[in-house]
Amino acid sequence: MNLKANNITFSYSKKRQILKDVSLSINNNEIIGLIGDSGSGKSTLCKILSGYITNYTGEVTMDNKAIPDKDFYPVQLIYQHPEKTMNPKWKMEKVLNESWTPTQELKDTFGLKDTWLTRWPNELSGGELQRFSILRALNPKTKFIIADEISTMLDAVTQVQIWEALIKHCKANNIGILAVSHDEELLEVICDDILHFDEINNL
Amino acid sequence: MSETPWYNKGLFSSLNLRQKTLLTIGLTGLVLLVIFICGTLINANLPTDFSIKMQPPTFDHIFGTDWMGRDMFIRTIKGLSLSIMIGIGASIISSIIATILAFVASVNKFCDSVVSWLIDLFASIPHILLLMMISIALGKGAFGVIMAVAFSHWVNLTRVLRAEVLQINTSEYVALSKKFGKSKLWIAKEHILPLILSQIFVGTLLVFPHAIMHESSITFLGFGLSPHEPAIGIILSESMTYLAMGAWWLAFFPGLALLIVVLLFDIIGDNLKRLFDPSQANK
Repeated sequence: MNLKANNITFSYSKKRQILKDVSLSINNNEIIGLIGDSGSGKSTLCKILSGYITNYTGEVTMDNKAIPDKDFYPVQLIYQHPEKTMNPKWKMEKVLNESWTPTQELKDTFGLKDTWLTRWPNELSGGELQRFSILRALNPKTKFIIADEISTMLDAVTQVQIWEALIKHCKANNIGILAVSHDEELLEVICDDILHFDEINNL
Repeated sequence: MSETPWYNKGLFSSLNLRQKTLLTIGLTGLVLLVIFICGTLINANLPTDFSIKMQPPTFDHIFGTDWMGRDMFIRTIKGLSLSIMIGIGASIISSIIATILAFVASVNKFCDSVVSWLIDLFASIPHILLLMMISIALGKGAFGVIMAVAFSHWVNLTRVLRAEVLQINTSEYVALSKKFGKSKLWIAKEHILPLILSQIFVGTLLVFPHAIMHESSITFLGFGLSPHEPAIGIILSESMTYLAMGAWWLAFFPGLALLIVVLLFDIIGDNLKRLFDPSQANK
């Protein structure tokens, strides 16, 4: 399976263009890194790939077919700030089960403790919340994961822990990952290939 | 600076602000409940006794008696409970209207502009005029008054809720929920409703004082409840005839009682708002 972006062009306002003829391709057995400067449009590209922005020109295809928008979206974006992606009036159990119900084994590999499930989102730390939002995205229907700086706010030990668990699960289930980061050293360790954003963006 | 402020002395000094707020809400609610229950239990078909007609306040009849010798205290309590009942009906119906319209506005741009247009339309008609028209059209009486008050008081709450729903709809957790394949209805029910529930609750309580005042005023003008019901508005309009003869107690006590009840509801509403939305408490 293969996620392809062909000649994506996008701008928020008419004055400044952000993406011009961006093309990339990810297979579902590989992890691609994407590196670039702040404000260059990496997150915008992520939102286009995962269907949050729709008024772009160009096309995003999976196996050369358009991605169906109605049901569960097979390309899932994981945000940098997990606290914004959770309803503050929901208990964590409901937050997690909104997507699917993971097995106990999977919860254990991500270090999710059962006592966290009965708490509110503002009672957990950023790292704890990020484990929830990653696990939420690992629904069996997910084919690709766009990880937009998911480990920036975590300490080194937690970063390793989370990335190891995520990569192990994705390799076993044939889920492709696009990992976006400023951290070139991190990407060099985890990725099969690294793209530089300036090089694929034809501005 | 070591001197403690007045509200930290004496009986309630051991309570913190939250407990005091809860105490205020509890006490005010209790007073209103007692008035309401007493009013519904009292039989207001008082016997007329012309030997005690037009008596100023005494210990036997603390609010005095009217021109037919009926005790004004009992009539006032009955009138207040009637007002509270109409207030409950009207404010609940107007909140339901407001909630439904707020959700309708969130469906798409067209629905949003229709709802905004409705809000502007209703806000531009003077309240009293709208109240009278709806009340007459629905045949006056308790039903007419409740509907009239409900249909003229949903505007403010709708504005607040519409803005709130718009804001929640642009949040990342709603966007994510759509990508999880959840329907709009599911999102409205599970994501948005719990977040605006406190606003709805406070809004309902703050409509209450308006509802009671407007019920009394259109009844006073003769477009509301029928004259044989001892509503505060009826009592006040009847007292107009006797005011010139010096019977001040006929208007003074019922009017004062109405004002106190309205004030009590306002206190509950404000305190609840402070509990639900602490960030606004100091404004």
